[in-house]
Amino acid sequence: MDVIGKSIPRIEAEDKVTGRAKYTADFSSPGMLHAKLLTSPHAHARIVKIDTTEAKKAPGVRAIVTGQDIPIRVGPHIQGRPLLAIEKVRHHGEPVALVVADSEYQAKAACKMIKVEYEAIPMVLSAADALKVNPSLVHPNLASYSKDNKVHPEINTNVANRTKIRKGSMEDGWKQSEIIVESSFFFPQSDHAAMETRCATAEIFPNGVVEILTASQAPYDVKKLIHDHFFVPLEKVHVKVPLVGGGFGGKAAVQLELLAYIASRAVNGKKVKLANSREEDFMTSPTHIGLDAKVKMGATKTGQIMAAEITFYFIGGAYSDEGVDISKAAALNCTGPYKIDNVWCDSLCLFTNHTYATSFRGYAHIELTFPIERTIDLMAQKLQMDPIDFRLKNVIRPGDTTPSCAELTQSNIGDVFQCLNRAKALIHWEEGQKTVVENERIKVKGVSCFWKTSTSSTNASSGAVITFNKDGSINLSCGVVEIGQGTKTTLAQILAQRFKMDMGKIHVMMDVNTEVNPEHWKTVASSSTYMVGNAVLRAAEDAIQQICRLASSVLLCNPEDIDVAEGKAYLKSNPKKSLYLKDLVHGYQYQNGNAIGGQVIGRGSFIMRHLTHIDPSTGKGIPGPSWTVGAQAVEVIFDPKTYTYELKKAVSVIDLGKVLNLMGATGQVMGGMSMGLGFATREGFTYNGEGQVLDTQFRTYKMMRYGEQPEYVVEFIETPQIDGPYGARGVGEHGTIGIAPALANALSLAVEVPLNKLPLTPETIWQTKRGESNDSL
Amino acid sequence: MNRQIHLNINGEEKSVYIRNADTLLTALREQLGLTGAKPGCENGDCGACTVIIEGMPQKSCIMLAVEGIGKQITTIEGLNNTPIQQAFLEKWAFQCGYCTSGFIMNCHALMEKHPDAEDVVVENWLQSNICRCTSYQEIKEAIHSVLSKNS
Repeated sequence: MDVIGKSIPRIEAEDKVTGRAKYTADFSSPGMLHAKLLTSPHAHARIVKIDTTEAKKAPGVRAIVTGQDIPIRVGPHIQGRPLLAIEKVRHHGEPVALVVADSEYQAKAACKMIKVEYEAIPMVLSAADALKVNPSLVHPNLASYSKDNKVHPEINTNVANRTKIRKGSMEDGWKQSEIIVESSFFFPQSDHAAMETRCATAEIFPNGVVEILTASQAPYDVKKLIHDHFFVPLEKVHVKVPLVGGGFGGKAAVQLELLAYIASRAVNGKKVKLANSREEDFMTSPTHIGLDAKVKMGATKTGQIMAAEITFYFIGGAYSDEGVDISKAAALNCTGPYKIDNVWCDSLCLFTNHTYATSFRGYAHIELTFPIERTIDLMAQKLQMDPIDFRLKNVIRPGDTTPSCAELTQSNIGDVFQCLNRAKALIHWEEGQKTVVENERIKVKGVSCFWKTSTSSTNASSGAVITFNKDGSINLSCGVVEIGQGTKTTLAQILAQRFKMDMGKIHVMMDVNTEVNPEHWKTVASSSTYMVGNAVLRAAEDAIQQICRLASSVLLCNPEDIDVAEGKAYLKSNPKKSLYLKDLVHGYQYQNGNAIGGQVIGRGSFIMRHLTHIDPSTGKGIPGPSWTVGAQAVEVIFDPKTYTYELKKAVSVIDLGKVLNLMGATGQVMGGMSMGLGFATREGFTYNGEGQVLDTQFRTYKMMRYGEQPEYVVEFIETPQIDGPYGARGVGEHGTIGIAPALANALSLAVEVPLNKLPLTPETIWQTKRGESNDSL
Repeated sequence: MNRQIHLNINGEEKSVYIRNADTLLTALREQLGLTGAKPGCENGDCGACTVIIEGMPQKSCIMLAVEGIGKQITTIEGLNNTPIQQAFLEKWAFQCGYCTSGFIMNCHALMEKHPDAEDVVVENWLQSNICRCTSYQEIKEAIHSVLSKNS
């Protein structure tokens, strides 16, 4: 009956291998209209004139909407983004007009008939552009935007947010440092590239009910935003999310849902579908943030890190979305999992004329880990220490504090030391970090460590409701979206374990419907199992109490005398005396027909505890409930003649507290490593001189493909998180975080030049070796 | 402007109303409700829309519906309990499931065509599909478990 830790196949598996699993774009109905966006060909331009006369006459066209029809601005932290460009466009691919037509091809054809006159404005296409004296301003009206008080945009600049960490004394830190390393790092914007492009349909009913069907990680945010911006009462906004074809953070941003609502409103509430093409998914919907970083680090001759000065310049794109919060999360965790007492960090999110960025798997940690782990290797090199020994000497432990001075305990942080030692063994470090193999090729190994916390809202909450069928089986209702991470299977395991019941008797409602499911903050930050898992355990407890109370009246004892297992409530002192759950959960009926009790409905909820806002002058505060930690290692064979390399092996050892589903967790980590390798080796947008994105298809935006993968090795360490369900910590993002620096550390050793810029293509490695500039700043 | 055509899909003769410009993917999804084939790029780059035509995997997003006339078309909905579907289940060869139909169709055609395919052949075939969630190691285990069973 023990199901925790077992590799229980995902509960929606059969639907997925038979093609019967339904995603947002799979739903259509007769008479449904289609919307298409006309997007900007320019990165930064004033809109002089939009002429829709001809387009309106095109066949099948039912409505055309432009920015001036919807004078609102949206954004989760700074409300600066119009749904359709107003006055000017700020990035290539920005929506300018929306056409609603009978069919998608008609809407597309009509888009081409809209005439837009633009006037170019100087572009901001790098951190350097954004920061120069008298820069071109992406948002000259920044001061007029509404914003929450936790972001700090700097008016009349391109700085969307600045987070400061001031920990310890830098003066002391540098004084105690006998060696110092200073370097710059860069990677471009890239994309989530979930295989399902974003899609939303909207319908407005005569009674005012708004129904949205969407591929979203944040259905409750969609509901709130429809309410906030269009004044629809909250109870009248129903957001439904079927299975989602991959999220990776990109579908936590709300964009198409609001446009679909606008489209439906323009045609008297009829149902309208708006689906991204792959090209739009790349350049119109939000992307993965880019980064320029500078790190200066000091240590004693014996290898104790004494000081770190870190500047992050996040390339946030045209609108702030989650970029401003990502830059904050980067500051709060800027050192990675190392004990450093003296830390100075300024983390800036910059407005640029790129597609705007939003959350991406790892939320700031994949970004901060690259510069930090490269710097750690550079330090080890300067100290002539083994990079693993140097790390082991400095890893953070319970009792230490984070850059934001959050206290680490036995429960809220995993064991980095053990993870790294295990990774060392698994990559066979003892063979040597660099060896020459056949054909003068070089086998090299690199390592990295990482940590991650969730940086969630301080009051993020989740709920769970369980009801029973008349055979005693259980239905679970909650607000987690199934994006491929398998949380709903894990939740069923948690519930089965508590009821000591067969997994087959647990039914989890797969789709999310905000009308009926209790709210879950959003399906992000590797936090759903932690948050909803706790809510589910409480719902189970609540139901079990009700069952025991009812059973005690029948069995003539106290509720405490009773326990629940295998579909029965039984007397602990004599398990043979028992009642079937099926005879209790819809009320108990005596032989004479009298009934007592009633339906058992278990309620559970969870809210984040002890998280705090961040002090704007020092960065002090508690950003998340725990830090999942890990160590990663990569082995490659590099060919010095061609600068090509072959990925041989990638290792992750992660302390996830408790394994709930072994294959599920392993798959999350392996998939994460694959994504990390994509980001490290090939992904990244390139732009032409006009600021246009050049890679908007998979034939130019390269992804990992079958056969390119190394051998993946995953192991887990289990240092329980006391308040996690059965001791578990989140693990959805973590495989992605440290792969890029581990690879860069290996390749830097092979080419004997620091490789501080991603992606690491043979061309960029060759350029760096030749001494071409590494930094964009 | 729509016209009626007949397509043989999963062994059944189906009549569909299409525009000449409609892709097979559009016809399958919007006329026949066979939504197992997915749009991922509509450009032939990702393979999420893969179906089997006359025994060969084809990307239904870059083929017109009219080109399917008179051909045996198999979609994921036409597979039932095949070894490769079972292998995908057992080896955890998918997460979000969006690319899965396409991968399974490609793998199924491969094992029918080359039951003892060597690594390099498998690689050649499967490189036409993209999976963003898994590491491909799981898919490799799935296809190899089926190939070795066959040989």
